[in-house]
Amino acid sequence: MLLKKKELFKQLKNFTLNFGPQHPAAHGVLRLVLELNGEIVERADPHIGLLHRGTEKLIEYKTYTQALPYFDRLDYVSMMAQEHTYSLAVEKIGRLQIPQRAKFIRVIFCEITRILNHLLAVGCHALDVGAMTPFLWSFEEREKLMEFYERVSGARLHAAYIRPGGVSADLPIGILDDIFIFCNSFIDRLAEVEEMLTTNRIWKERLIDIGIVSAESAVSWGFSGVMLRGSGIPWDLRKQQPYEVYNELSFSIPVGTGGDCYDRYLVRIEEMRQSVNIVLECLQKIPCGPVKSSDTKISIASRSELKNSMEAVIHHFKFCTEGFILPSGETYAFTEAPKGEFGVYLVTSGTEKPYRCKIRAPGFAHLQGLNYMVQGHMIADVVTIIGTQDIVFGEVDR
Amino acid sequence: MLLSNKFLNLTNYLPILLKFSYFKEQILIINKSVLLFVLQNFKLNSLFQFNSLVCISGVDLLGLKYRFCVVYELLSFCFNLRIRLKVFLNEFSTLCSISDIFVNCVWWEREIWDLFGLFFENNPDLRRILTDYGFEGFPLRKDFPLSGFYGVFYSNVHKIVVEEPVSLSQEYRSFLINN
Repeated sequence: MLLKKKELFKQLKNFTLNFGPQHPAAHGVLRLVLELNGEIVERADPHIGLLHRGTEKLIEYKTYTQALPYFDRLDYVSMMAQEHTYSLAVEKIGRLQIPQRAKFIRVIFCEITRILNHLLAVGCHALDVGAMTPFLWSFEEREKLMEFYERVSGARLHAAYIRPGGVSADLPIGILDDIFIFCNSFIDRLAEVEEMLTTNRIWKERLIDIGIVSAESAVSWGFSGVMLRGSGIPWDLRKQQPYEVYNELSFSIPVGTGGDCYDRYLVRIEEMRQSVNIVLECLQKIPCGPVKSSDTKISIASRSELKNSMEAVIHHFKFCTEGFILPSGETYAFTEAPKGEFGVYLVTSGTEKPYRCKIRAPGFAHLQGLNYMVQGHMIADVVTIIGTQDIVFGEVDR
Repeated sequence: MLLSNKFLNLTNYLPILLKFSYFKEQILIINKSVLLFVLQNFKLNSLFQFNSLVCISGVDLLGLKYRFCVVYELLSFCFNLRIRLKVFLNEFSTLCSISDIFVNCVWWEREIWDLFGLFFENNPDLRRILTDYGFEGFPLRKDFPLSGFYGVFYSNVHKIVVEEPVSLSQEYRSFLINN
């Protein structure tokens, strides 16, 4: 019997694997449908929305002040960075100037937030790849940083500290000294994490040449933040389109060369060092003075003012009952959040509630590029790539 | 300064309905039929180089003749410039997908389709994205109630998750003070 060679080949179907939504390496509730050819990933289809809470819809039904705490709950590891963006949007439409001290406090806490986020990103990334120790170390440092959150706002995570018109309260006595002490010891802790990972053979083998993003494709996929800088584009909104007092501070932007996961890890570590330097510089430069705008229509009047001024009592009452009214307009406010460009597109209609508040989450854009990044990699590298993208589902699903 | 002048002059050659700036942000309103042409120009013209699509957002302007507004945020790394393009369309018209120009538009368009119900022609993958599997309705439309229509419960009788019409023990109260 003669068989043609062609007929011997059978049509093989790719294996489809469901990764998540309950998977420790999925960083939350990511459901990933992977199409596998052996152990090689052919296609990844992320299913998101399992943590969708309708933040944008809810914000439309809340006053400007009530909408603020929703921003803490988006990316729940970099809370203040998002409040900050929203406050900038409100201030832009309300044409509000904030005092210098408030700007410095904001910068200090935005940088503390950056360290918080990167510690979690690097720690969890290492945990996904198989190293448990840096995770435990970085969470110890995170605990100290969240203590600073607690001291200024009363909450460890969902601070609602940065508000339109400044910050909610002045710094408690002695916190700047403690931040200074922390910064000095943190450099050593960071060196310990680096000692564990940077030259580690397993770490390098798992990260180098995995998830390479060229500069061109990083731009076309709309990446921002570390994902962009890891590919060698020196783009940081704190430098390029500065807000608050970043133009008065000296810091440098680390960039990667290869655009792989290892470069992004190095960029994160170096950014933490830069953040510590920014905080130290702010501690030197922070002036005395008020921490809120004197416009008591938009920022709530202080208790002592209420005792002395009838005007302040009226404003306080109006602020607490109906909130404040912004003129109709629209703006797109953006900041360099730890994960990338976090933007708020705010449309107002001359009432005390936002008409539309679109939240541009960096993780959403990054996760979209996941399919592009994992193609041709082994299934174990998918975990590495999700880790390097620093996905947090609170902001992706909104 | 020089760049922004040059920029304003160049936009004169594009079919733009209205051009204005608001808080120093450049906003252009264009007709939806020329959307692809204008975006292509902005991306490929070496004097613009808006090669990054930051986001696409939808706005529901209930009560107006053109009910929906789709907003494209573009960013030029080369000139450190941002621009916002707005397209207005009514409930019954569809919009052309820009996936040939910006690859990352797919998810942003999926999101608008999911939340506003605006259809994007030629989008390669127009499924729902943020809402649940099998969800009906478009939640970010202004005529969609905040509490939605259905609630999800775990039924102890059937031992599965069931969908039931939403019932609140207290109505959502809005304290609108118009003065």
